[in-house]
Amino acid sequence: MINLKRAFSFALTDFYRNKGISVSAIFVLTLTSLLVTGLFLTHGVSSYLIDTIQNKIDITAYFKESTSEQDILSVKDEILANAPNTKSIDYVSKEDALSDFLQRHKESEVFSKALIEVGGNPFLPSLNIVTGGNTTQYEKIAEILEGQQFEDIIEKVDFSEKKATIDTIFSITRSVNIVGLLLGLVFVFIAISIVFNTIKLIINTAKEEINTMKIVGASNWFIKAPFVIEGGIFGLIASLVCLLLTVIAVLALTRFISVILPGFSLVSYFFSNLFLILLIQIAVGVGVGVVSSIIVVNRHLKV
Amino acid sequence: MIKFQNVTKIYPPSTTVLQEISFEVKDGEFISIVGKSGAGKTTLIRMILGLETPTSGEVFFRGQNISSLEGDYLQDVRKKIGGIHQDYRLLLNKTVFENVAYILEVEGLDDIEINSQVPKVLEAVGLSDKLNNFPEQLSGGEQQRLAVARAIINHPDVIIADEPTGNLDPYNSYEVISLLEKINKVGKTVILATHDKEIVNKLGKRVITLEEGRIIRDESKGRFLI
Repeated sequence: MINLKRAFSFALTDFYRNKGISVSAIFVLTLTSLLVTGLFLTHGVSSYLIDTIQNKIDITAYFKESTSEQDILSVKDEILANAPNTKSIDYVSKEDALSDFLQRHKESEVFSKALIEVGGNPFLPSLNIVTGGNTTQYEKIAEILEGQQFEDIIEKVDFSEKKATIDTIFSITRSVNIVGLLLGLVFVFIAISIVFNTIKLIINTAKEEINTMKIVGASNWFIKAPFVIEGGIFGLIASLVCLLLTVIAVLALTRFISVILPGFSLVSYFFSNLFLILLIQIAVGVGVGVVSSIIVVNRHLKV
Repeated sequence: MIKFQNVTKIYPPSTTVLQEISFEVKDGEFISIVGKSGAGKTTLIRMILGLETPTSGEVFFRGQNISSLEGDYLQDVRKKIGGIHQDYRLLLNKTVFENVAYILEVEGLDDIEINSQVPKVLEAVGLSDKLNNFPEQLSGGEQQRLAVARAIINHPDVIIADEPTGNLDPYNSYEVISLLEKINKVGKTVILATHDKEIVNKLGKRVITLEEGRIIRDESKGRFLI
């Protein structure tokens, strides 16, 4: 216990006495943590983008006015049986369609007047289908709806242009993900090498001292612990600095991102993942700091 | 206490530094190991500290074969040896007080004992007014006196001094040797490796003379004769 207390005391004293070196180690560790955090946030934004597009309605099948609810639901069952991975199929009755329309345009007199002029409920019952962007599913559903089986009850089928959009976005995101991941890994590797070399430089200057400590009888643990703790302190401070910078960046960027991606709040995404982000930042900062220290000190302990 | 038994050290490919060295150091002795530069004095000292292993032969410290010791066992032996070196080997990032305290911290003593013992030793070597200075703020003589303080703080069984006056002027050399004599007078064993003729002759103690890695003379009241 007394030794652990001393190891902490040595680490803090060294940290304070070598302020310049400490600051440079914290700086490179902060950059590494920021890089990893940036990758995490970018992943969040792109996931949201894909999710939003996937959840848009792909196909709307409008049924003839006289079609019974039971018949429509049997079409729904047929689709589910043939394309079980369909994300959602919602039945919208004539009445639901009308009330939804009225709700959406309650402030517009033009639409209300138009409805009166048409007379009655002009809407048709429908099935809103979300395939989730799977091309095979999409084609299967299209085949069922356009087939002869339901020719008599289906008035028309609306295919959104989403298929092409999804294909394009998928190919873009796939490329971006692969390139991003590779680039990310390269940057993280470079960052870790810089951190490792910075800590190596710091500990190399203490090489003679480590030798002296060994000659006067200090145990490996007694010599190593302060360096490892110091590496941990570098990492912890770097994590806190990184967190602070991330909060500032998130607050500054959230409005800008909301304009590009309506409905996505970077602030909410950040705070709902705060624990995970903190964990990543501490793991990167403290982990890299501590592991680098252990590796470098071990090299000098063979006296 | 310390025994060299047919010790030979050859650095690859074929540089022989020590040849068939055998001698014994008894408790409370003051031994000077003399010889020209390159005679093998430092290698011999490093073997006692377990920093070099013999190519053949054995070095014993209180019956333990030093070259067979590893890890904490070797560190335990090193704790019993106070080392003073020509290049001082001080911890430059620690103050005068902390350099001496470090030895007691390694031994696991509590702060109260450390705070009571360290100032006494620093007073004995004349550094009580420099407690908070860093080694680089001290003169050569002061740095070597600090090394002496560090070597004696934990009352080791033996003090090994490798050319302790090598970088000092005559006045500071005299001060350091006086300290070693005082340490020996209280019963501690002292091994002094030096090529300073005047110091050795003035001491009038046992002298082992090395020449080209061999012991050519071992006299109980010897003189520097090369």
